[in-house]
Amino acid sequence: MAKEKETLTGAEILVRCLQAENVDFMFGYPGGAVLHIYDALFKQDKVRHILVRHEQAAVHAADGYARATGRPGVVLVTSGPGATNAVTGIATAYMDSIPLVVITGQVPTSLIGNDAFQEVDAVGITRPCVKHNFLVNDVKDLAITIKKAFYIANSGRPGPVVIDVPKDVTANMVEFDYPETIDMRSYKPVVNGHPGQIRKAVDLILAAKRPMIYTGGGVVLGNASEALTGFVHLLQYPITQTLMGLGSFPATDPLFLGMLGMHGTYEANMAMHECDLLIAVGARFDDRVTGDLKKFCPHAKIIHIDVDPASISKNVRVDLPIVGAVEPVLRDLISVIRETGKQPEKEAVNSWWDQINKWRDKDCLNYNRHSEFIKPQYVIEKLWEITHGDAYVTSDVGQHQMFAAQFYKFTKPRRWINSGGLGTMGFGLPAAMGVKLAYPDEQVVCITGEASIQMCIQELSTCKQFDLPLKIINLNNRFMGMVRQWQEMFYDRRYSHTYMDAIPDFVKLAESYGHIGMRIEKPDEVEGALKEMLAMKDRLVFMDFIIDREENVYPMVAAGKGQHEMVLASDREQV
Amino acid sequence: MRHTISLLLENEAGALSRVAGLFSARGFNIESLTVAPTEDPTMSRMTLVTRGSDEVIEQITKQLNKLVDVIKLIDLTEGLHIERELMLVKIKADNSEHREEMKRLSDIFRGSIIDVTDDSYTVEMTGTEDKLDAFLGAIEDTLIIEVVRSGVAGIGRGDRSLRA
Repeated sequence: MAKEKETLTGAEILVRCLQAENVDFMFGYPGGAVLHIYDALFKQDKVRHILVRHEQAAVHAADGYARATGRPGVVLVTSGPGATNAVTGIATAYMDSIPLVVITGQVPTSLIGNDAFQEVDAVGITRPCVKHNFLVNDVKDLAITIKKAFYIANSGRPGPVVIDVPKDVTANMVEFDYPETIDMRSYKPVVNGHPGQIRKAVDLILAAKRPMIYTGGGVVLGNASEALTGFVHLLQYPITQTLMGLGSFPATDPLFLGMLGMHGTYEANMAMHECDLLIAVGARFDDRVTGDLKKFCPHAKIIHIDVDPASISKNVRVDLPIVGAVEPVLRDLISVIRETGKQPEKEAVNSWWDQINKWRDKDCLNYNRHSEFIKPQYVIEKLWEITHGDAYVTSDVGQHQMFAAQFYKFTKPRRWINSGGLGTMGFGLPAAMGVKLAYPDEQVVCITGEASIQMCIQELSTCKQFDLPLKIINLNNRFMGMVRQWQEMFYDRRYSHTYMDAIPDFVKLAESYGHIGMRIEKPDEVEGALKEMLAMKDRLVFMDFIIDREENVYPMVAAGKGQHEMVLASDREQV
Repeated sequence: MRHTISLLLENEAGALSRVAGLFSARGFNIESLTVAPTEDPTMSRMTLVTRGSDEVIEQITKQLNKLVDVIKLIDLTEGLHIERELMLVKIKADNSEHREEMKRLSDIFRGSIIDVTDDSYTVEMTGTEDKLDAFLGAIEDTLIIEVVRSGVAGIGRGDRSLRA
């Protein structure tokens, strides 16, 4: 017998759909075009709405939630400025393939195109930075559109989906019917890799003499950490990871060579340059990874596993593509390797490891441990020790982000949350809010700098309202450190507009928002202060570390250089 | 190399701008683009002519396929296919010498004159891009008043077809 259907308003339908998708949190900011939706939210308690102080933060918070949990983050903003403020967040999620469903209010359908108050072409503005977007013209299409949005956002290569909903659509009524499944003729993501390609890959993998495994954010997004770890342990091959991949293989494992790329380790970048087989898994050969493409992996055959066919041979020609979700493909590779009964080229691989260990001896991440100033690396090393490497760490963008990636040795996926592709300053604090809401019992730390944190500092107010006891590590060097580093290296130390001479007193600032602020100025205070911070379980603690003003991130592959052409910390002293 | 790519896409508002936006955002060039609904009104058929190296064309087809509105796609250039373009040309025909010359040229190229005034002819012509170019090349520039071209529409030869 058919279930009797209720007739509901668009706003009620929208909220029911979110409930049906088991959305526990949504992040947003009300306004004229979404008032009906906010009214419908008010009348229920399944979906908890988190009121931010700026729409950009709503999207970053939903993004942090999605990165930590693997479930789509949900955002609700109003039309016009609500939508445009959300764009940076949407683009951030798009570049890192993060599943989001962003609902933007729109002026009533009768006013669309009239330059109405708070009208903006949200679908047009967001088109280049979404996986897909919709304008819902009729309340009859609302439920199915939301179903499609969740499906598209979180399948295949994930990404943000925007649904633009005119105000009259949220007021109009229709029978509510939420489809349980959806099938779209124009959208059918591939899951399994081609068996023939997998066999060919296994032949290459077992014949390699200088193999190298290079993995990216796709392993995290595809929940393939376990499969990857099994694959690497089976082969005993060296592995490096991109900024986005960290944590999906334990950084403490001896097979891990550290991060690669512009600020990757010496051993990882040299091994990339010298390998004869590169196994790329869920990585997209970003320019920050490859350096000069003409000099990239000159001796290697390349296998590339990716769920997105368009990622394959986009920047670097590959010899053996495998299109498919990385988890099933890695499992298939493991079972085919086992079936062959063959072993890797032991002797050759052993001498390859000898070479790698020589590169490792450079100890490229070493820094001055006897400085009178607090070194940013030291703060993160200590944080790692004290949190047992088990915290959720978000970051902003710049030197502090690179130091965190280098020195916080992540051993689990979805713990390292940062804006890699777009490089969005202001991401860290709101992202940490999303993580903390998802995992209230976990330690959530935001590593930031005095420039980045000021881009979304207003969210300290949100943290107060929703009682989010984050721990903020502000590595304060009174410079936009990464830009200053480039100016030091490539612009003859002309520090054009990278000096901030009106930095607020962060301790007082944190206090004015109702939080705890601490200033730490000496190296020997660092450890004690961090312990003190962690002991304050129920409070947001803002720790302002006054660090060495001109520390640089090393190693560094300068733009336009090959991966093997790194500048090391020891080179700076020689200059 | 020149490629003619044929797409089936959802006949939805915005589908065309997704395709056009992709080309401008990624720096691909479009020589021509035609689109109209098919016998199934929920689908549109697009023919797109572009130029690029093999690597660029591979990226173009992959990126197009990635668009959620794109149902199917083939690169017609990879096999036997037929291309046609429609052109309407308004030509100065203000004396008997010009009128005769234009009538003759139009006949040679199998065009038809579909509008006549005291001082102009409008010629309708279909054919490949090359043929239409040749026709225009045969007319003195100063005599051409207006040229309207539809862009190329393409279809596979024989059993080759693009269906959902």
